[in-house]
Amino acid sequence: MGLIQRFTTIFKAKASKMLDKAEDPRETLDYSYERQLELLQKVRRGVADVATSRKRIELQAAKLEQSVTKLDGQARQALGAGREDLARTALERKKAVQTQLQGLDQQRQQLETEQQKLTEAEQRLSAKVEAFRTQKETVKAQYTAAEAQVKINEAFGGISEEMADVGLSLQRAQDKTEQMQARAGAIDELLASGALEDMTQTGDPIDRELAAIAQTSEVDAELAALKKEIGPGEGPPEQIGSGQPS
Amino acid sequence: MIVRILGEGQYRLADGESERLNAVDDRVMVAAQDGDEDAFRIALRELVELVRAGDPVPAEELLPSDAVIPAPDADLVESERLLSDEGLIPG
Repeated sequence: MGLIQRFTTIFKAKASKMLDKAEDPRETLDYSYERQLELLQKVRRGVADVATSRKRIELQAAKLEQSVTKLDGQARQALGAGREDLARTALERKKAVQTQLQGLDQQRQQLETEQQKLTEAEQRLSAKVEAFRTQKETVKAQYTAAEAQVKINEAFGGISEEMADVGLSLQRAQDKTEQMQARAGAIDELLASGALEDMTQTGDPIDRELAAIAQTSEVDAELAALKKEIGPGEGPPEQIGSGQPS
Repeated sequence: MIVRILGEGQYRLADGESERLNAVDDRVMVAAQDGDEDAFRIALRELVELVRAGDPVPAEELLPSDAVIPAPDADLVESERLLSDEGLIPG
């Protein structure tokens, strides 16, 4: 066996280090069981950590989705007001936000996969730890040290392999989570710096200009209404406040 | 024979299956030596499917494996890292 042989040899060598063995295996049974429970706790925390990271990414994605909607509306509004330059700026920003969104979505999917795998690993380990506990009690109660050695060897082999395997899954999930957090941190900074979110907050340049355009057109409309009321081309009316056009 | 797919669990295979496993394993090995990522992925996938065709070992059974293979989505770099001394079992 080529790769399998190497893999198996190395994996088993490492797995055998997961649990210490004593001369009398009955002595180490309880200690081993403690180690197994500790690992189980670690894995459960790992699942929770991945879930937290995923939640953070989902929140960021929701924020960015809002930005996209807002920017799209601003582009339309700007174009409606004949401001192609403003519309272009809004669309450029929308594009940038969408690119970020795509990246986030890929990461969300990766984290989801890791969470799923880790949850399954936790369930497998949990079942094996329980099986180990049962065997441990039987062996302690019924067997001599020599007999216990034989009886428990397989169980030791099986549980330490599972622990090694779960340890790997945990490491993998943690690596992925760290990568996500670095990226999520970068997006948080971007959001905080205003590079992405400027557009959706009152007081950003496009909003201000659009507001100015809206104001101008309101003023124009009022002006037009006034002109209609008062009538164009007439001299200054004697009574501005008197009301009805003649 | 009992084969463990990393990150997935153990399967019980008929002893006669080891020949077929070996044949695919040779291709995985060659791909790894050539650094051919695509060939590696394809061969590893085949290896995984071969093992999955066996009977899953119930979670409450405590058995050592006769063979261990990488996770189906492992790439060359990850596999090499696992084979290197410090990579396999963290902490």
